[in-house]
Amino acid sequence: MTSAKEFDDEQGVSLWQDAWVRLQHNRLALLGMGVLIFMIVIALITPWIVPYSYEEQDLMLGAAPPSMAHWLGTDVLGRDMLTRVMYGGRVSLMVGFIATGVALLIGVVYGAVAGYVGGRVDAAMMRLVDILYALPFMIFIILLMVLFGRNMLLLFLAIGAVEWLTMARIVRGQVLSLRQQEFVEAAISIGLSPWTIIRRHIIPNTLGPVIVYTTLTIPSVMLLEAFLSFLGLGIQPPQSSWGLLISYGVETMEEYPWLLIYPGLTLSIALFALNFLGDGLRDALDPKASKD
Amino acid sequence: MSILEVNNLTIRFYTRNGVTTAVDDISFSVEEGETLAIVGESGSGKSVSCYSLLGLIPQPPGRIDGGTALFNGKDLLQCTDSEMRAIRGNEIAFIFQDPMTSLNPFLTIGEQLLEPLIYHRQYTRQAARLRVYEVLEEVGIKDPIKRFDCYPHEFSGGMRQRVMIAMALIVEPKLLIADEPTTALDVTIQAQILDLIKNLQKKYAISVIFISHDLGVVAGIADRVLVMYQGKIVEQGLADDIFHDTQHDYTKRLLASIPDGPKLRPAPEVEKPFLQVDHLKTYFQDSSVSIIKRLLSPSSANNDNQFIKAVDDVSINVNRGEIVGLVGESGSGKSTLGRSILQLVPVTEGKVEFDGVDLIGLNPSLMKKQRRRMQMIFQDPYASLNPRMTVFDTLAEPLLYHGLATKKDVSEKLYTLMDEVGLARSHIRKYPHEFSGGQRQRIAIGRAIATKPELIIADEPVSALDVTIQAQILELILELVDAHDLTMLFISHDLSVVRYISDRVIVMHHGKIVEAGKTEPLYAAPQHDYTRSLLAAIPVADPRREQLSS
Repeated sequence: MTSAKEFDDEQGVSLWQDAWVRLQHNRLALLGMGVLIFMIVIALITPWIVPYSYEEQDLMLGAAPPSMAHWLGTDVLGRDMLTRVMYGGRVSLMVGFIATGVALLIGVVYGAVAGYVGGRVDAAMMRLVDILYALPFMIFIILLMVLFGRNMLLLFLAIGAVEWLTMARIVRGQVLSLRQQEFVEAAISIGLSPWTIIRRHIIPNTLGPVIVYTTLTIPSVMLLEAFLSFLGLGIQPPQSSWGLLISYGVETMEEYPWLLIYPGLTLSIALFALNFLGDGLRDALDPKASKD
Repeated sequence: MSILEVNNLTIRFYTRNGVTTAVDDISFSVEEGETLAIVGESGSGKSVSCYSLLGLIPQPPGRIDGGTALFNGKDLLQCTDSEMRAIRGNEIAFIFQDPMTSLNPFLTIGEQLLEPLIYHRQYTRQAARLRVYEVLEEVGIKDPIKRFDCYPHEFSGGMRQRVMIAMALIVEPKLLIADEPTTALDVTIQAQILDLIKNLQKKYAISVIFISHDLGVVAGIADRVLVMYQGKIVEQGLADDIFHDTQHDYTKRLLASIPDGPKLRPAPEVEKPFLQVDHLKTYFQDSSVSIIKRLLSPSSANNDNQFIKAVDDVSINVNRGEIVGLVGESGSGKSTLGRSILQLVPVTEGKVEFDGVDLIGLNPSLMKKQRRRMQMIFQDPYASLNPRMTVFDTLAEPLLYHGLATKKDVSEKLYTLMDEVGLARSHIRKYPHEFSGGQRQRIAIGRAIATKPELIIADEPVSALDVTIQAQILELILELVDAHDLTMLFISHDLSVVRYISDRVIVMHHGKIVEAGKTEPLYAAPQHDYTRSLLAAIPVADPRREQLSS
């Protein structure tokens, strides 16, 4: 164990600080984190660094293969692909992280409370989840759009509101077995309040599956956004996202492959980075797994 | 003539953390018709050495780095997989430690018993069935024709172990390897199973290798004993010699660690009632009663068969400064009683008065104040520590939460605490999985005494530990009781441990108290039949005394 020695013994250290030290030993996870940070920074500063405007068309040029002027080529309307991929990243990353973040927050807390309190509270809380599961997702979204008009925030909320259900179930299942553990009983006999026990003893021990599920949720959320946008329920052209670029790219794949390849490649790299980071985090947060 | 001869066996495990020598150049033999006991603590290599003979250790990381094991002239270590399958479960049979997990829950026991006969002995189903009835009868299962079609969950732990024995013996093996076959069982059941193994061994004239950590058990059953320590054989010889003419220091230490007789500690002078439990009942809903049945007959405390009466109308009192032993077998309700007192499980009825305060129905903020004054030590040091918290976090939590330390002086206080429970200060940043069982139990004890409690309920605090470690932890507990003026309710299934540590003893059976009294008079002259049978079943680490009693 090297991590122990890197702290001043007089200072308390949280699981997260400790995990950070362990994460730094995992090269692949650091690489993944680097790539993601790079993408996020690019997404943030996109409006100031793009070579073209995302709606600027050059119909004369049409779909041109990559060149010095347009590094990733242009689409059928002659719009610069690099610009569109960069702008698309803003939407995709935002949807991916915010919607997943919403799902994570609601799902973990809801599941942990239901599992820990148990009994009738648990039954009532989980029945609510079942009911929400049963609602047809598309109708739910269309209803939201009709009622409140189309906007990006609503899209995040709608996706988040659906994704937290599975998260809540996973966490609850974990908590049910954790609650039987003696260390939770020990925490009760120390006199800790239920919320402190959930926060300090229960949730940290559910992190493994939660992180794995999160890394699966982010891509599925990104694709969900593309699907909704494709149906006209998400973001509208000329705005774009990776998912949307890919689905347009598929249509013209045989004539203009670069319209599919570049956005596809970007999304794949982002997802790879995410998975490396997710695996690294899972190991780093489990003191047992990272003993080498 | 020896049936098995092991020479210079060495087994190493190659892991990322380095190479561990699990078994270090050991040689031994098993004669025809004898019982050889291999004794050692966890990690001594006693199980690994036997498992390796049948190719049952995972390779890698394990590797057999040398040696031979001649079984009837054939080297087991050189066998191919198919040769090994013909020997395993046929000529050499195994009984595992845990009867709860070693039977397939989806097959009837009859089906599982037929398997070896049909596979190894080419019996027809009809003939095999008759043989199964015969063997079931032999291992003491009544009405075998009916029980043939039962599933494992319909049997108790002791019965399952009988089934396991039947399964091992049904093919009439030449050698039987029993790996801690009674460790998971209650003491009275253990005595029965040991008798059964002894009798069958005589009847079939088979050789037995009996692996155990418990010298008491071994004394009653073994012809020869082999003591292992850190992968080496430190001593081997006739059972009588091992126990009465002990050569090696380690064996002496093992024998000395067995709690024998009372530890005469002065009883508290004034008898001041500190904890009073009055007609306490803790019932659990019986989940096997269907929900429809429950709805049809609305629940009421009178409706008997809906509930499992874990604690059934129990009254006890504990005086200040006393150590009271609470004894019982699994399912006797002793743990539930401990948890009911600490309000860790909901109580159905009754009164728990702690230093004049009734704990039942106390509001949370008042309860929090009382919680500081009473703590629990749990049985399993592997489960009772949060795997994601360092020693620092685990021990600091109660101090900070109850305001007994500030962020500034908490380290100082923790060091004092760690000194007290015998943990090196340098361990403060480590996680539970980096410690051995004994050290973990020290952390758990440290957490329990951190808040300076007055009452401690210790639920089998030494049952999961090796015997030498057990002795150390018992010493530690006694020291702490003296140093902090603690009152303790000591729950255990192990009567020798309870005799060693307690001033008074309470015996529980099926949720009720059957007998209570001062330790020595109770052990000398037990009044109740159940207490008598419990005491008679304790294995004694002395072959001569064991022979007399059986």
